[in-house]
Amino acid sequence: MHLRDSESDGEFRAELRAWLADAVPTLPAPPDAQDWPGRRAFDTVWQSMLFEAGYAGVNWPSEYGGRGATPTQHLIFLEEAAAAKAPDVGVGFVGQMHAGPTLIAEGTPEQQAHHLRGILTGEHVWCQGFSEPGAGSDLASLRTRAIRDGDDYVVSGQKIWTSHAMVADYCELLVRTDPDVPKHKGITWLILPMDTPGIDVRPLMTVQGSAEFAELFLDEVRIPVTNRVGDENDGWRVTNVTLSFERGTGFVGELLDTTNIMGELVELAQRTPRGAGTAWDDDGLRRDIGAIAAELDALWAFTKRNVSQGAKGGMAMGSGSAFKMSYATVVHKLGDIALRVLDRSSLAFDDIGGEPTGAQIHHKLKGFAVGIGGGTSQIQQNIIAERVLGLPR
Amino acid sequence: MDLDPSEDQRELQQMISRFSLDRFPADTVRDFAEPGRFDRSAWRELAELGTFGIALPESSGGVGLRWIDTVLVHETLGAALTPGPLLAATLAAGLVPGVLEGEVVPAIVERPTHGAVVIEHLSVADVLLVIETDGVRQIDPSSLDATLLTEPTDPATPVSVVRDLPTGELIADAATADRLRLLGSLLASAQLVGNAEGSTALAVTYAKEREQFGRPIGSFQGLKHLLADCYARTEVSRSAVWAAGVLVDEPEAGDLRRAVAGARVLAGRAAAENGKTCVQVHGGMGFTWEVDAHLFLKRAWVLETAFGSIDEAAELVAEALAASIS
Repeated sequence: MHLRDSESDGEFRAELRAWLADAVPTLPAPPDAQDWPGRRAFDTVWQSMLFEAGYAGVNWPSEYGGRGATPTQHLIFLEEAAAAKAPDVGVGFVGQMHAGPTLIAEGTPEQQAHHLRGILTGEHVWCQGFSEPGAGSDLASLRTRAIRDGDDYVVSGQKIWTSHAMVADYCELLVRTDPDVPKHKGITWLILPMDTPGIDVRPLMTVQGSAEFAELFLDEVRIPVTNRVGDENDGWRVTNVTLSFERGTGFVGELLDTTNIMGELVELAQRTPRGAGTAWDDDGLRRDIGAIAAELDALWAFTKRNVSQGAKGGMAMGSGSAFKMSYATVVHKLGDIALRVLDRSSLAFDDIGGEPTGAQIHHKLKGFAVGIGGGTSQIQQNIIAERVLGLPR
Repeated sequence: MDLDPSEDQRELQQMISRFSLDRFPADTVRDFAEPGRFDRSAWRELAELGTFGIALPESSGGVGLRWIDTVLVHETLGAALTPGPLLAATLAAGLVPGVLEGEVVPAIVERPTHGAVVIEHLSVADVLLVIETDGVRQIDPSSLDATLLTEPTDPATPVSVVRDLPTGELIADAATADRLRLLGSLLASAQLVGNAEGSTALAVTYAKEREQFGRPIGSFQGLKHLLADCYARTEVSRSAVWAAGVLVDEPEAGDLRRAVAGARVLAGRAAAENGKTCVQVHGGMGFTWEVDAHLFLKRAWVLETAFGSIDEAAELVAEALAASIS
């Protein structure tokens, strides 16, 4: 067991660090968080720079245009990119993390040829049309209906939590092709071009006041059968095939973001007058932050452990669930401490008194996104209880 | 980077676990603290496996592995509830002749700033090591005016009180004392992780067997979520302890003191919370002496106090954090 870099990993890190030091300063100023076309343009510029330098799809197999790096090197990539304050994956998230890997595993050669390069260069932005108003934790109960008509599927229904739908070119869409079989067996995975007639995208405002998500209304949208990935009614398996790609790096960007927010909170506490001194002089507060830092350090170690297992073939069952639910708890706890430090500076998302207070409020609310999105903490608890501990259903 | 144990390391853990469960079964653990229960021959056998000298060089009679291997072994000992002065023996093995072989049984304690000192396993010890700021001192236990307490909290950990601890003979310098304190905290955390895992396993077994309302109680979501939390606490704290263990061997790869302190915060909480959950899941039976649940919880309380408290550890992490960003 080691924490230091192997020789080849050390070389990878040094080369990457040097490239980032040159590349990041050439980026334009980042756009406003609510300017989605601007964000798409910005993220695409960065992605194209990564592509030119050979760092697009670090963890994708080289035969599909990726770098074919090890899970450890992917972790190093994310770590160094964050340290260099490089942009994160941004609007490329669904394409790079889910749709692309799904097409690599299950797409036809034609689908792969048409889509993979665009995801890596940043030209093609994807969104995810999985969840529905009536199908959240019980995703397999989805009802968006696809009826075969000649060489097309005609699709009608409603999707929700579709990130980046406003600026996406394609949507990975789950539809019901057979309503008369058990729910997992009547689902099909389709590629939906977002310029197809019959799609209505309505932004969905979150508690953070941002329109990151959208609702997707589909009214007799015609999707060619050639856009189907995998067999008809085999979409549930196709969806889950990416789980086997999970190598423990899924939350690295977010973990590093939380680590930064924690650092800012410490500095804020050290500058915040309280009693005769500052908020940082409060033993209880300081120890609570110390305990949070310990948990974040532990989650970072957990990530390295999962990546190490991933490199040897696969993460242990339950590790992803344990990580995600623990991380959600940490974000909530850090947010609670932030409110104690901010006191009445927490009354606005705006920065108050020239201090970066707004970011703390945004991060506090993010705890819900972590503990709900992608399977709630309670679903993770069920997964652990039933599949790891073997408790009866 | 590789934070996943190798096959060899897992085999080492299994070997220690098999031996421990065989030679120190729950029945012997239950009243291990009572006078006359300490089994010197079993202790020697444990020593012969190399248990106390995992990271000592072979030239000194050790196994010649690394501190992370010692951490893994202590995790196993914690899960098996192995009784005896395990921390003291591992810390003293490189300092006091005979400890490595199990011939000399040590106790170890930090000298308190004031008041009487509470010492585990002193009643069975041949030698007492006292960790102080300026070094490590050795004392002959027979020279002490010590009171063996009749009702130790953990029935497997005999506890004595010494009113006036004499000065003793200096056997190691301040740097060694500091190192022992750090390693002692880390190995206690490793045992706490094993303890957290052990109490969870006990609770899960019971939840599958015990039936109420016509079904196993483990099928109820209220219990499932409690037990899933136990699992998550164990795995998160295990990750912290392993990272700290590797940093002892590779200090250039991170902040060892922060890692050891952080591991203590999480492992201490995991063992205490999981132990409580284990009692709760057992219901009324969990409140009885007969069920092992309390043995895990009480051992966790003992280990939590070894080489620093959770509060001190949290404070240390906070200070390290502030130093890292200034």
